Amino acid sequence: MPDLDKLHEAVVEGDSKTAAAVTHAAIAAGVEPLAIVTGYLVPAMDEVGRRFECEEYFVPEMLLSARAMKASMEIVRPLLAAAGTEPVGRVVIGTVQGDLHDIGKNLVASMLEGGGFEVIDLGANVTPERFIDAVTTRNAHVVALSALLTVTMTSMKTTIDAFQAAGLREKVKIMVGGAPVTQQYADAIGADGFGESAAAAVALARRLVAV
Amino acid sequence: MSRLHEWLSGGLLITDGAWGTELQARGLAPGAAPDTWNLTHPERVEAVAHAYVEAGSQVILTNTFRANAAAMEGDLEAINRAGVEISKRAAGARALVFASIGPTGKMLMAGEIGSDRATAAFAAQAAALAAAGADALLVETMSDVEEARLAVAAAKTTGLPVIVSFAFDSGKNKDRTMMGATPEAVAAAMVDAGADAVGANCGVGVERAAPICRRLRAACNLPVWIKPNAGLPKMEGTAIRYDTSAEFFASHYTALREAGASFLGGCCGSTPDFIRALVRARCASS
Repeated sequence: MPDLDKLHEAVVEGDSKTAAAVTHAAIAAGVEPLAIVTGYLVPAMDEVGRRFECEEYFVPEMLLSARAMKASMEIVRPLLAAAGTEPVGRVVIGTVQGDLHDIGKNLVASMLEGGGFEVIDLGANVTPERFIDAVTTRNAHVVALSALLTVTMTSMKTTIDAFQAAGLREKVKIMVGGAPVTQQYADAIGADGFGESAAAAVALARRLVAV
Repeated sequence: MSRLHEWLSGGLLITDGAWGTELQARGLAPGAAPDTWNLTHPERVEAVAHAYVEAGSQVILTNTFRANAAAMEGDLEAINRAGVEISKRAAGARALVFASIGPTGKMLMAGEIGSDRATAAFAAQAAALAAAGADALLVETMSDVEEARLAVAAAKTTGLPVIVSFAFDSGKNKDRTMMGATPEAVAAAMVDAGADAVGANCGVGVERAAPICRRLRAACNLPVWIKPNAGLPKMEGTAIRYDTSAEFFASHYTALREAGASFLGGCCGSTPDFIRALVRARCASS
């Protein structure tokens, strides 16, 4: 039986090789794929998020951990899919129209994936129509909108309004984040939640799908 | 004496304020790339440059922050050339023109861009800016020391003085870059990279700038470039405004000069009024 605490440690320390090796060994020893995710990957990424919040970790450490988590997820995901296991929730994420910045959005996407969500990443400069299309075709529960610039964050409102106009606003929870975004702005444009950081975004997405 | 030290022989130089917000005030659509206006609306870009020269800026930048091949598309050579030409026309003999080079917007360590592509993008932009007659090159709003190294190395091949400036906006005391680098780490790495001056721009506001300036100055012998934001953007309903006044901003003049700033101006949210207030503060203090 492999020592699965080493998987937790490898993700927290950002060691992709060990994360993949322990995951392979665990699967070979008959550990349930879902138990690997919920028992080890999710808590490990929570710890990474905690360290980021405490400012023990910065973006580079977080990226390495996300990479280690992904190395393990790539082994586990096909097994979960084969077993018909549903993810915690399905999130459509993208940087809003007019904004080409995707560093923050990519971090949030990684953290959400590490938090057990299925993430559909539409990239940057995403039109309201593409968000709506992705939500309807992929049956997503949450939409995560990112913007880096004060001049593009207004596209968040346009996107939320478009969901309203399409009659889909009640079907999804919409969360927003990015450097210039505040709780006050999120409230003003009618978002369901605001995440101050990538780690906070995971906690927020969990709250939104639990409701 | 190097060109940079010659320029600084008369003491601190006042630089310019924000361009993006000024261009928006002149009709730039939200979400549009300001750099493209160098070709489509050169007279409005020149109006911004001219407003800063009139306000008393001794150094003005160029509207070329995004014009590298990793950050935007288009005829970048023409955009960069026009950017320098516009600022030089506005500056005349009254101000120096330092050409702006911003980050790629992609992360090296996440594999979003390779060193080769980043270097090629910076080198092409630096060459275009230098050929158009910029007095110096400013690599600004950096958060990753490795990316800044590539940009500085590429900029140095032009033979122009190279200033490199980071955004310190993360960590408990907002004294680290997004990538976690401290002023000390930044200063050491940029001395090593061969930069002629090092600095801090953008960030979280003028109140936090003096300690960072002092730490950069203590960590190396290079002149320090300081260009803080006019605070963080605040929302009024769905409208965006910066709540730092020109007077409040300029009230930090003495503290920043004493902290060792050699170049002083404003970043996001600042206007020609901020520069006028800095000029007044300098007169009052001398």
